[in-house]
Amino acid sequence: MQLRNRAAYGFLAPYLLIFAAFWIWPIISSFLMSFQNTRVNPWVFSFGANWGRLFNDPAFYNALKNTMIILIIQVPVMITLATIMAVLLNSPLLKARGLFRFAFFAPVVVGEVAYAAVFRLMFNLDFGIINKLLNGIGIASISWFAEAPAAMALLIIAVTWRWAGYNAIIILAGLQSIPGDVYEAATLDRVSKIRQFIYITLPLLKPIILFCVILSIIGSMQLFTEPFLITNRGGPGGGTETLGLFLYRQGFTSLNFGYASAIAYTMAALAILISLLNLWVGRDEK
Amino acid sequence: MSSQSRSTLIRSLSLHAVLIPLAIVWLFPLWMMFVFATMPDYGIFSPQIELLPSTHFFENLSNLQADTDFIRALMISISVAIVYTILSVLLTSMAGWALARYHFIGKSLVVAIILGTITLPYFVVVIPQFIMVAREFKMANTWIALIVPPLFNSLGVLFMRQAFSMMPAELFDAARVEGVKEWQIFLRIALPLARPTMAALAIILFLASWNNYLWPLLINSRPGMLTAPVALGTLIGLTKVSWGGIMAGAVMLTAPILIIFILLQRHFIAGIAAGAIK
Repeated sequence: MQLRNRAAYGFLAPYLLIFAAFWIWPIISSFLMSFQNTRVNPWVFSFGANWGRLFNDPAFYNALKNTMIILIIQVPVMITLATIMAVLLNSPLLKARGLFRFAFFAPVVVGEVAYAAVFRLMFNLDFGIINKLLNGIGIASISWFAEAPAAMALLIIAVTWRWAGYNAIIILAGLQSIPGDVYEAATLDRVSKIRQFIYITLPLLKPIILFCVILSIIGSMQLFTEPFLITNRGGPGGGTETLGLFLYRQGFTSLNFGYASAIAYTMAALAILISLLNLWVGRDEK
Repeated sequence: MSSQSRSTLIRSLSLHAVLIPLAIVWLFPLWMMFVFATMPDYGIFSPQIELLPSTHFFENLSNLQADTDFIRALMISISVAIVYTILSVLLTSMAGWALARYHFIGKSLVVAIILGTITLPYFVVVIPQFIMVAREFKMANTWIALIVPPLFNSLGVLFMRQAFSMMPAELFDAARVEGVKEWQIFLRIALPLARPTMAALAIILFLASWNNYLWPLLINSRPGMLTAPVALGTLIGLTKVSWGGIMAGAVMLTAPILIIFILLQRHFIAGIAAGAIK
């Protein structure tokens, strides 16, 4: 090894120090904690205290069910919307491009607390603008916070609003990296724009869309702030309690760190499993 | 020729017929945030449809200040975000430089582990982080607790590494021949060249710190040490609280970052799109 290459360790050291202390050690530590009963002092090894309990806990299955419903509906809806936004924003015929980009990308910079507050007011049963507008077109008011299916729909709407633009930015960058001459032959052969999109654009975009899907799965798997603030701690009656919120309650309200760690590792395993499933479904069949 | 221009016109019209309603729906919550922030509480909870701003913004702000010390929380959030951004850009630039321009033992292992953390849920590390900082170091409600644990950033390092590895090697070799030290090459030659990448990264990191909610919620719960999102979040769901005030606070959190977004849109988008570039 050349002498000058030793300098690399100096440049890397501060970053690795933070990484080791606040990531590597916690990854190991929470894995170990998931096998410990942390409600006795000192903590003792116990498989049943956390893992045994987890698979018999109706609250866990409720949170798992809610998280999966949100994930299965929200991720495809959002990625479809984001793809449409990106394709339309990429059109050479578009006027006032800056304004449309602002409209779709602005939610990306809005903090979770700020948008949670707005959504709570907009969807209020009696005074919310959404119900007033629904009434205006002859639809009865929906009690967004008192009925579990409506509350779930509200969470899905909120998360989609917040994150569609983020994914559209990534997909748009992918679209812009497709060279224009790919389409030239197709245009000369009078292949319609829609067929060009299905047979040329989509296959080229597939890796990027898969990347967005996996990022979104990991994100939605950890959904916490929205059910915490918008639907008031997973209400009504646990109807929107997600795995993230369930973990927060166990870890930071009941201070049962071992049980919370088991939930965290379950989330990680599910995220990896679903991501792999997506990679498998989206693989190139050659 | 005329049929071609007619079909272009139809395509353009249908494009805007889809985009304009979608854009209105997307802007609507932001618009309502500003409208609510300027309305008195009786206006927010009136049976009429109110879509236009009123004049009670500063009244709402003082109501908010009466509910929680929001100005102090804003000051804490701004200070934390600035210090965090500077430290994090420096750390990730140094590490990115090391990974881009040197050969050393363990390099591919370091890159593999950093990449691996991208898919890991944050909840896996947040519990031990909390135990370590709050219980073992007894550092809850401190500035260090707010700033240091979130410093690790995987995408930032990969982003910086990519920027450094695209620079021509002759640039640095020429300096080495003249006996310039490695850290001077980094500070004087590499960093200035990486300025656009650092700008994009800094904006994303600032935004992440400014909006961070879960970690400050867990670690800084003492009144007087709350960040602005946490201070505002504690009011949501309380009964005797000014909703106009909460919305004024939401505007105070959102407006500065929206202005930065409008001014530096290109850097913002570059930073976010970098998440997709391997």
